[in-house]
Amino acid sequence: MANLLEIAGRETLSQLDYVGSLNIQLWATLRGMRAALPLVGNRHRWRATVHQMLDIGVEALPMVALLAMCSGFILAMQGASELRRFGALHFVIDLVAVGFTRELGPLLTAIAVSGRSGSAFAAEIGTMKVTEEIDALKVMAFDPVEFVLAPKYLAALVTVPCLSIIANLFGILAGGLFMFFSTRLGLLLYFRDVLNSIELRDVLAGLIKAVAFATIIAHVGCLEGLRVRGGPEAVGRSTTAAVVRSTFLVIVADAIFTAIFYFVGKT
Amino acid sequence: MSTISVRDLVVEYGGRRVLDGLNLDIEPGQITVLLGGSGSGKSTLLRQILGLERPKAGSISIKGTDITRCSQADLKKVRRSIGVAFQSAALFNSLSLQDNVALTLREHTALAPSIIDLIVWMKLAVVGLADFGKLHPQELSGGMKKRAAVARALAMDPEILVLDEPSAGLDPIVAAELDELIVFLKETFQITALVVTHELPSAFRIADRIAMLYNGKLLAVGTKDEIRANQHPRVRQFLNRVPDNPMHMPAFASYLGRYVQRQEAKP
Repeated sequence: MANLLEIAGRETLSQLDYVGSLNIQLWATLRGMRAALPLVGNRHRWRATVHQMLDIGVEALPMVALLAMCSGFILAMQGASELRRFGALHFVIDLVAVGFTRELGPLLTAIAVSGRSGSAFAAEIGTMKVTEEIDALKVMAFDPVEFVLAPKYLAALVTVPCLSIIANLFGILAGGLFMFFSTRLGLLLYFRDVLNSIELRDVLAGLIKAVAFATIIAHVGCLEGLRVRGGPEAVGRSTTAAVVRSTFLVIVADAIFTAIFYFVGKT
Repeated sequence: MSTISVRDLVVEYGGRRVLDGLNLDIEPGQITVLLGGSGSGKSTLLRQILGLERPKAGSISIKGTDITRCSQADLKKVRRSIGVAFQSAALFNSLSLQDNVALTLREHTALAPSIIDLIVWMKLAVVGLADFGKLHPQELSGGMKKRAAVARALAMDPEILVLDEPSAGLDPIVAAELDELIVFLKETFQITALVVTHELPSAFRIADRIAMLYNGKLLAVGTKDEIRANQHPRVRQFLNRVPDNPMHMPAFASYLGRYVQRQEAKP
């Protein structure tokens, strides 16, 4: 019994420790982020930020586009097989349009980015920690948070919403192609229907989610990297932990946001 | 006045006392060698002097600033006058050798790029790597990395040079070259140096003063001759390379014999 209590207590403390470090790091990074901004900040950091944006955003574009197309086809086909029974095939358009802008676009992007870049953040920072590069930065009178973390944060915050818009476009395009080949509905007509069915509110909700996901991915990836202690095998573990934890937290955050939008939207 | 003075330093890791009331003075314009076996607290002391960790008690003042109590801004100011070469070299793998050396110059000074290039070339020439500036750290041998780390440490013309195990893992010829380089730097630039090592020939070649660390305390501090004449049993043991616990062969053999018998007795 005492043993059980001990385990429960230790687990609680370690989880609290994790949440606490997340918070401390969040404030430190927000303060350091000013240096990464263009014009007002340090131009070296801005250059690093642009570099990161290319890495997180542009390089991930083909993958995100392909993922979105596949999911668009899946959603349209699954929806069509049910809706056809009610003669309501038309509603596939609404399903794909609303489903992507509100939900699937940001979520798919977040999962792709957390797999590609969240793990890369953890691996890069973890390796820097193991090879004493972080200590070297400190003794060279640099702030590692500003030097390493801030460009990654800023880049993620800018690119993930952009990527999620592109995912929306490709997902909806896939739905249109499905409709064209199954019912000969013209693409122009399809896009007109899409624009009728989504509202600005849906797009904004999706973008808010994308920003939240970007924060989670950058945050968890960097924290896992900084928590590396020991040798190369610790880097491997932190990389895995970064992907697992960020994907988990992204889905939890998604559920919370969806619930909020659902209840706010009703009134 | 001594450049670095450590007073009553106590450091604990998880209740285990690593440094126990340590006092050390490092005089300007001299090479002080910190000698000690593995686990004697050398690296811990070094991390304290660089301000990477805070002690449990005691103080460290560098050029009159107490770095255990000063603000982050003062700590940064102090760090700009220290050049550090880490044990693992800790060169930034994403940057070329030139950029590694130029990093602090670019960010902490307002020098023109052409002048920075010239300074970088000079620093690399001092360590004999002038032709290798375009290479990345992965393309260098171990000895070259260590020398490159010294070049980076020298970039800002520091008053204090800290070298962590400069000759560990190098062949005797390269190690000797590095020793000559350190002596050359002291004689030409009047640099104050703190060198951590456990290699006796190297220590006695370069040192003006030697401090011997054992179990978190200083056993002996003095010139080379004073250390050679020191009669403390631990100092003698270290200098004469006497093993601590020689393996007791008869006991080991009888244990092995019993083990074999037990294995044979099993059905």
